[in-house]
Amino acid sequence: MHWASWQDFWAMGGSGRYVWGAYGLVALALATEVMMLRARVRRAREMARRTSDWSKKETQ
Amino acid sequence: MIGALLAVVRRDLLLAMRQRGDVANVLLFFVIVVTMVPLGVGPDRDMLRLIAPGVVWVAALLSAILSLGRLFALDYADGTLEQIMLSGQPLSLAVLGKIAAHWLMTGAPITALSVVLAMMFDMAAAPSATLVASLLLGTPSLSLIGAVGAALTLGLRGAGVLVTLLVLPLYVPVLIFGAGAVDASAGGVSPGAHLMLLGGLSLAAAALAPWAIGAALRVSVE
Amino acid sequence: MQTQAIRPLKFGLHRFAAPPEFYRLAGRLIPWFGSAAALLAAAALYLGFFVAPTDFQQGEVYRIIFIHVPAAWMAMFIYAVMAFWAGFGMAFNTRMSSMWACAMAPTGALMAFLALWTGALWGRPTWGAYWAWDGRMTSTLILLFLYIGFMALHGAIDDPRRADRAAGVLALVGVVNLPIIYFSVQWWNSLHQGASVSLTRAPSMAVTMLEAMFVMTLAFWMYSIAASLARARAILLEREKRSSWVQAVAQG
Repeated sequence: MHWASWQDFWAMGGSGRYVWGAYGLVALALATEVMMLRARVRRAREMARRTSDWSKKETQ
Repeated sequence: MIGALLAVVRRDLLLAMRQRGDVANVLLFFVIVVTMVPLGVGPDRDMLRLIAPGVVWVAALLSAILSLGRLFALDYADGTLEQIMLSGQPLSLAVLGKIAAHWLMTGAPITALSVVLAMMFDMAAAPSATLVASLLLGTPSLSLIGAVGAALTLGLRGAGVLVTLLVLPLYVPVLIFGAGAVDASAGGVSPGAHLMLLGGLSLAAAALAPWAIGAALRVSVE
Repeated sequence: MQTQAIRPLKFGLHRFAAPPEFYRLAGRLIPWFGSAAALLAAAALYLGFFVAPTDFQQGEVYRIIFIHVPAAWMAMFIYAVMAFWAGFGMAFNTRMSSMWACAMAPTGALMAFLALWTGALWGRPTWGAYWAWDGRMTSTLILLFLYIGFMALHGAIDDPRRADRAAGVLALVGVVNLPIIYFSVQWWNSLHQGASVSLTRAPSMAVTMLEAMFVMTLAFWMYSIAASLARARAILLEREKRSSWVQAVAQG
């Protein structure tokens, strides 16, 4: 560990906004991808369930 | 085999000549796009001389892509393409023939027109000659690589713009070496290496593209 | 519903070429790859921020490379893997292979996108410009266009089977062109820059920096596999929603 204090850590020698901006962007992008994929799988399952309900209704 | 190839070339040329307007439009597009640039950046001769190679080459790329719409689409629409694919002839042969005809109607005239455009940009003799040589060696690649895009997007809605998106990144090496050759010439350096690379790219494309085009056609025509 | 004769492979792996098996296997694997990604990322972040020293020339801002380089590598790697599976699918006519290639594409594109932006954020404080048309960044931009072209072509074709195969041909053409594009763009950049320094040259690297970068690359790799598996599951459910196995999954 070579940070004198948390202040120094967040400041990153003056270029904190670039460093944390970059890391923040990556974290945000990957988190968004995960959320979107989860939603997509959920939606696909829902569509499949509805399809099976419809075909059940047809055969009744 | 050569006979079959020539037959395909002759047929496509004949069809193109019957619709001369389509062919002329592409060449007009080429000239108009090049004319637009000085209107956008100003008439300073030194600057124009500097940017001329890039401008002419980019216009050539765009014109090549624009002309691809005619390559397979017409034959596809009236069922001829399917007939060609079902006939006993090797598909690569027919494809090469169509591309050769396509180049004669687009790449070759573009190369010829570039002489005039070089004058419009006040290019010196050596770079002008290199411009013509670079287009001569590079436009076959444009036809060959472009044909892959045309084959992949057969019959799709929005195919025109989609082809542009697919094919332009693949054109980058040709653009770089083509414009680079002329730049070298303008700077007094020999463009030999660039021109050889351009020629090499065209040869490689001629060897490999027919496979890809055949595969793409089989995917699209089902 | 058509079934395909699946050529038997060693260890019975060929059964995962069938959608329901793949779906189940993918579902079991995702948590493992996700956890691996999280752990490796945590380790890499620790190495990158608390072990790697301050750089002599670039100070602290160089630490962006710990995500910039892994993203760039993954963008390239995923494209190559995509092309491989597309080619495999065309050669052996297996549906799952081509579909798997499509599942990877958006993640690869995202990696390219992130590489470009982190590169810009690194470039601004270090060399004064967000974007400088240097060789590697320009090549990565073109790679992003190749990804987008792949996804656009796939999206423009209604029939999923034709879409998979057309995009597959495009991916193969792209992967053959990629080295040529990289070479020509590098060359183009060196030619026009004259004698100036390569803008994205990393600082001469201490071993700890390389370690952090390597571990983060592994983390991104694990993440990419997990994301692709999840997307593959979604695609399977969407395409085969009428089949009985999907209906069973949806109910259960």
